[in-house]
Amino acid sequence: MSEAAIPSAAMSQVAPNAALSRTGAHPVSTATTPAVSVHNLRKSFGPLEVLKGVSLEAREGDVISILGASGSGKSTMLRCINMLEVPDSGEVKIGGEAIRLKQTRRGMEPADQSQVDRIRSRVAMVFQSFNLWSHMTILENVIEAPVHVQKRPKAECVAEAEALLEKVGIVDKRNQYPSHLSGGQQQRAAIARALAMRPQVMLFDEPTSALDPELVGEVLRVMRSLAEEGRTMLVVTHEMGFARDVSNRVMFLHKGVVEEEGAPAEVFGAPKSERFKQFISSHR
Amino acid sequence: MDLAFMWSTFLQLLSGVPLTLNLSFTSVAFGAVFAMILALMRMSGVRVPDVIARGYVFVFRGTPLLVQIFLIYYGLGQFRPTLQEWGLWGFFREPYWCAVLALTLNTAAYASEIIRGGLQAVPHQQVEAARACGMSGFLLFRRIVFPIAVRQALPAYGSEIILMVKATSLASIITMMEVTGLAAKLISQTFRAIEIFVVAGAIYLILNFVITRIIMAIEWWLSPHLRRPPSVEPKLEAAHV
Repeated sequence: MSEAAIPSAAMSQVAPNAALSRTGAHPVSTATTPAVSVHNLRKSFGPLEVLKGVSLEAREGDVISILGASGSGKSTMLRCINMLEVPDSGEVKIGGEAIRLKQTRRGMEPADQSQVDRIRSRVAMVFQSFNLWSHMTILENVIEAPVHVQKRPKAECVAEAEALLEKVGIVDKRNQYPSHLSGGQQQRAAIARALAMRPQVMLFDEPTSALDPELVGEVLRVMRSLAEEGRTMLVVTHEMGFARDVSNRVMFLHKGVVEEEGAPAEVFGAPKSERFKQFISSHR
Repeated sequence: MDLAFMWSTFLQLLSGVPLTLNLSFTSVAFGAVFAMILALMRMSGVRVPDVIARGYVFVFRGTPLLVQIFLIYYGLGQFRPTLQEWGLWGFFREPYWCAVLALTLNTAAYASEIIRGGLQAVPHQQVEAARACGMSGFLLFRRIVFPIAVRQALPAYGSEIILMVKATSLASIITMMEVTGLAAKLISQTFRAIEIFVVAGAIYLILNFVITRIIMAIEWWLSPHLRRPPSVEPKLEAAHV
């Protein structure tokens, strides 16, 4: 069902290693610019090398699940895409625009903060622990970035925010504060906040890992509906069901390298990597 | 106790209240701005401003306010020719401005630590969420960091304001006729120290009672997220699912 909605799904089955190929080397990238392209990312925290040359390419409408044990570098990779972590080397391109970095005494830093801010306003992120702003109501949380970063008219933002809150099923909570909501409701509010920026790409960093088991379903349902709309999503997750059924591509990271990569049917059906086999069996 | 005398004293001391409040709020207002600058210097992560701010706080928190007032009012008077040359004598000649300056410098030292505590207690994750939305610099500070920090710092800042109201009584030493100054003058005329100081103390108590209430009201108004929601709405979850 998701494959029907996502035109690029078929392509990824023809060329499962497209994500690993260099930008420009693959024939598809000349026709359409990839929504996200990450090339040979490296990142160390002190002596620990967390990413050892990771590459990824997401086309418009791709839903990529990024799996891996804790410490495999999957969250770091996601955080490098919107520069919450600055990679030591490698390249990140959003919609074909490369984020410029410069070397400083403290390591790599963005060369132009306004470029990073502009790109971040097109790449929305949903966090593990929701990270809603505690001093604002749910509605204020949702309209904050559209009004103050994107400088859109407030009335328009409020109308759109209410529609988004309706969509994620918490429009009745719009005038309450995050602390008054359950975890699942807070995460749905955070998704509405991300959607309000009309993002080209959405990053999800373990969006259900901080939730009570009975609240996971309501968040996954919202994410599934977004995937069905054809949104471009990169999802770091432990939810095997989501990876298998909703995403059109799966990536498995182990110790900072991509161990396994391809369409879900393919990688879950016949995993090539021994570690990925173990990983699947340990997650049911 | 002569109640009639105390009542007439009360009425006389009331005329000092405007100056007491004036000194308090002028110095708290200037001090808040200065304190914010000091706190940002402390948190800049750059060595020179950090050390300067640390040194400043160390000196002004570690010495008595009375000594600071004396040094500014009498001490700087020794440099009158230089101050005249710089065009600053008009300022330092006035006991009012000397008192405001001393109180401002003193409260800035304490308040900068309160503000720094408030800023440091802003949850990192909420700042990160703002960055991920494309906020940075002053926008991030104005919309997210500062509003959260204010809510954290307000209770401690409230007691700093009350301390400042009481500290204005030291300005009487340099001829300011605020409540304590008037009380001292009345005592020298009547030698009835107990009644007059009891009344003066009562006036400070009333002022601080009102100020405490105002701060509590501001705190209440700023923190709806810490209270229970006004009405528990019926569960609509089932309908959505």
